[in-house]
Order: sequence, then C-alpha cells, then structure tokens
Amino acid sequence: MPKLMGTVLLLLMVLPLSFGACSPNGIQSKKHTVTVAGSTSVMPFTEKLAEHFMVDHPDFVVDVQGGGSTAGIQACLNNTVNIGMSSRQLKGEEKILNQIILCYDGISFVVNPKNPIRALSLKDIRDIFSGKIKNWSELGWIDRRIDAVTREEGSGTRGSFEELVMKGEEIDDGIMVQDSNGSVKEVVATDPYAIGYISLGLVDAKVKAVTIDGVGPSIDAIKLGEYKIVRPFLYVTHGELDDSGQKFVNFVLSEAGQNVLKKEGLIGAYD
Amino acid sequence: MIKKAFTKEHFVKWVLIAFALSSLLFLFLIFIFILAEGLPLFHKIGLKNIIFGFKWAPTKGSFGIFPMIVSSFLVTFGALIIGAPLGLSCAIYLSEYSGKRLKLFLKPALELLAGIPSVVYGFLGVIYIVPLVRNYFGGAGFSLLATSVILGVMILPTVISISFDALMSVPKTYREGSFAMGATKWQTIYKVIIPSAKSGILASFILGMGRAIGETMAVIMVAGNALKIPTSILDPLRTLTSNIALELAYATGDHRLGLFSTGVVLLVIIMTLNYIANFAIKRRMLK
Repeated sequence: MPKLMGTVLLLLMVLPLSFGACSPNGIQSKKHTVTVAGSTSVMPFTEKLAEHFMVDHPDFVVDVQGGGSTAGIQACLNNTVNIGMSSRQLKGEEKILNQIILCYDGISFVVNPKNPIRALSLKDIRDIFSGKIKNWSELGWIDRRIDAVTREEGSGTRGSFEELVMKGEEIDDGIMVQDSNGSVKEVVATDPYAIGYISLGLVDAKVKAVTIDGVGPSIDAIKLGEYKIVRPFLYVTHGELDDSGQKFVNFVLSEAGQNVLKKEGLIGAYD
Repeated sequence: MIKKAFTKEHFVKWVLIAFALSSLLFLFLIFIFILAEGLPLFHKIGLKNIIFGFKWAPTKGSFGIFPMIVSSFLVTFGALIIGAPLGLSCAIYLSEYSGKRLKLFLKPALELLAGIPSVVYGFLGVIYIVPLVRNYFGGAGFSLLATSVILGVMILPTVISISFDALMSVPKTYREGSFAMGATKWQTIYKVIIPSAKSGILASFILGMGRAIGETMAVIMVAGNALKIPTSILDPLRTLTSNIALELAYATGDHRLGLFSTGVVLLVIIMTLNYIANFAIKRRMLK
C-alpha cells in the first residue's frame, strides 16, 4: 500500500510536466475557421450569430473572443484575427480598416425606479457627468448628491458616450466607475440616487430609462431618427476577407442573421 | 534491492528540489515580466509624472496614479483601524483566556475566514454594507468606509493567527513571574505579555496591510472606483489593484503599459511592507 501511494504521489508530481509538454492544438480539424474578437458589447450577439451560422454550415467554425473594442481593432490591424468587433466608431489610423455595420444599439440613461425624474436634456446629462450638476435639487428633485456611474476608460460604450454626449468635455474624476453594463445596472437598481448609461437592450423593470430632450429610448424612436444616442456595432476587417470570413459576414447581413439581432433588441443595419 | 531504493530516494529528492526551485523561478519570472512591461512607460512619461501625477486619462496621454496610491493607503489604514483592534483582542482572548477545547474550535473557524473567496466578501459588501452606509451615513454607499469595513474583516485571519503565535511564544515564566509579583491577569497581559510580543503583533499588522493593499475583487465591487482622492470617508475611490483589474480588459498600447506601471508601484509597496514585516519578526527571534 505505501508503495502504491508513493507511486501515485510521484505521478502527481510529474503530471503537470507532461501537461506542459502537450500541445494545446491537440484537436486539429479540417474545418474552416473564422476568428472574431473585440468589443464585449458585441460579443454576446456575435456568439448567437455564430451558433446559427454553424448550424447551417457544419464545416465552419466561428471562434468568438472578447477583449474590448480597442483590442479587437488592434488584433485586426495586426492580422491576428479575421474580423474585429467594435462598439465605437473607428478613429485616427484605425480608419484604414474596412467597416461593416451589423446593427445599431441605443444607449439609454437609466435611473432608479424610485426616482421621480422622467425627462432630462442632453445638456443635463453632460453637466452631471462633467461634474457641473452635483445635486438632484438642481434638476427639481430632493437635496441629495447625484451618484453618477460611468464606464471604465477604454470601454466602447464609454467611447460612444464621450463622443455622442460629452462632445469633448471631460468626465469628472469624482464620478463612480464600473466595468460592465451589468455592474452599472446593478448600481442604479440598488441606489435610489444613481444615474448611469447602459445598452438599450439591457433595460428592464429594475431600472428606469429617462427621456432625452423629450424622446424616450425605443427601437421605434431610433428608427425614426428621433433618439440620437445611437452607436453602430461594427465588424472591421483588414483588407479583403477570406472566403470563410466573407460567408459569415454575408450570413450576418442576410435576413436570417438580421432577425437574430432584432430578436435581441437591436436595430437592424438596414432600418 | 538496497541500490534500487537508493536511486528512487535520490530521484524523489531531485524532483522535489526542482519543484521547490520552480516556485522561486515563477517569482523571478513575474518580477522580470512586470518590470519589463512597466518600466518603459516610466522612461517615456517620467517617474514624477506617473507617481505624482493627479490625472489618469490613459487614452489621452495622462498616467498620473497619485490619487490611487493615496487611496490604496487610505483603505489599508481604514482596514487596520477596524481589523487591528478586533484581531488583536481575538488573539489575546485565544492565547490568554480561552480553554483548550474552545481554542481547538475557534482557531480553525477563524482560519476558515481566510478561505472565503474575496468575491464573496465583495458580494456581501454590495448587498449589505453599501446600502447600510448609503442609508445611515449618506453618499452613494460605494465608499472608503464600506471598503475599509470589508477589508477590515478580510485581514482578520492574518492579524489573528500571527499575533496569536507571537503571544503564545511569550515564555510561560514571564506570566508566572508577573503573577508572583501580585499582578492581575489583565495587568500581566498589557504590562508584560503584549510588550514582549510587540514585534510579532506589529508584523501581523504589517502583513494585514499587505493583504489589504493587494486585495482587488472585493475592492472593485464596493469602492465605486472614482478617480478622485476621496475628501470624506463617504466618497468613492480607486485603488492601484482595482485600476489594473478594471481597465486591463480594454487596454492596448500605452494604456496597457500604464497598467503595468501601476503594477510596478504596487509591487514595490508590497515588497517594502513584507520586508518590514520580516524584519520585525526576525528581530523578535533574535531577542
């Protein structure tokens, strides 16, 4: 028995070594692979699309990874992925990439359901986040500090917010920062005095979306062009796509692909 | 037969040496890696602009992490204010008052506290502490106060177990001598035992600080992560660790290097703390 134990112990010690020696590409297949990486806002939808695509095309593999808009764009520039995902517009030298708009997403401003304020102007929002308005009394509610929440530096949602709302003004350093749509929503759902911004598709009864300049965020208002805080979800490619990549993009832009996106609360590329 | 056993013994010995050294190798590699990634930005932006810079806007070329250094120390001292008295009293009770049976039950229970994943502490903080602070003290609840409370509880196991060891290592003769002079139990504890265990207790506080300053997940969840230096205990704040974890997912280029520079500063702070703690412990052993 002790001898057996000794052997097992030895095996356990040597085991990690053999793992290290093993190649991670153990399962190589002859399938066509499309690699997609980037924005964590676009990722869940791309995964849905990939699932549908792979059901119809069993000989294709679509490998979807996160990392963030900027990382996705960089990876595409370096040719490490076929397609990069971005939830913000391209800027500067990134503009040499080809961009394909797969759909649009509204950014809605949400407050706690206990907050009686229903309407704000774009300027109010800008003043809140730049630190000029700090108290709810300035907006016609009680005398209480506004607990504004923004996203972290580098996030695509924050990038779009800065571009569409802040318009060059800086976000104040005293504003709280959370690192995902989900955490922002959680803060707003639990703090009666909070305000934040999240993807339109994620608004539910836990939070209340305010109207901006009299227009509420809704798919219809966005289609009519009345609700202006809209960002595109982009696929970016470096040069010509290969056949398998093109096939996937074609599927995304087809009626079937667009319907998948619309079912998730997004606005189709052609609407 | 004898020879076979001998070679096997040798084999085991060498395998164990290799594994023992590998942990050292990992430490070395981590060190090299962080420095290699973090130092270039110090060269480019300047040490002063990073360490004493007030503005963190890495996508716009500002890499000041001074507010985060201050915040890191603030939450750490906050944690100590809550964790040190609690932990020390607990250690004193365990070593001086509690019976053997109770000790056998309490000590493992307290060590269990160390095994709870930090995300669970963070979750409890968001669900209970943050609303409590918001409702009774004001502010958003995501604050220096909430973070200090959570970290104060998280450092308890470190503080308790190390100061307990220090108190236990005070020779029995000291206690007997003190009693013989007619001192009461409490007089013995605070006039004799605590002074002789002083450096060990100090080491437990310093290691607790190291634990608090390095904590990430729970802090991200309850600190609110605002970039300003907090002006009251109800203000949100961002520590060095949470800065790295918050932004790493999206960071590229200089932004990414900036996060590694944050890591370098953190590494230096934690190593200094550990060095001081080791020094304190060693001094006790020499005495």
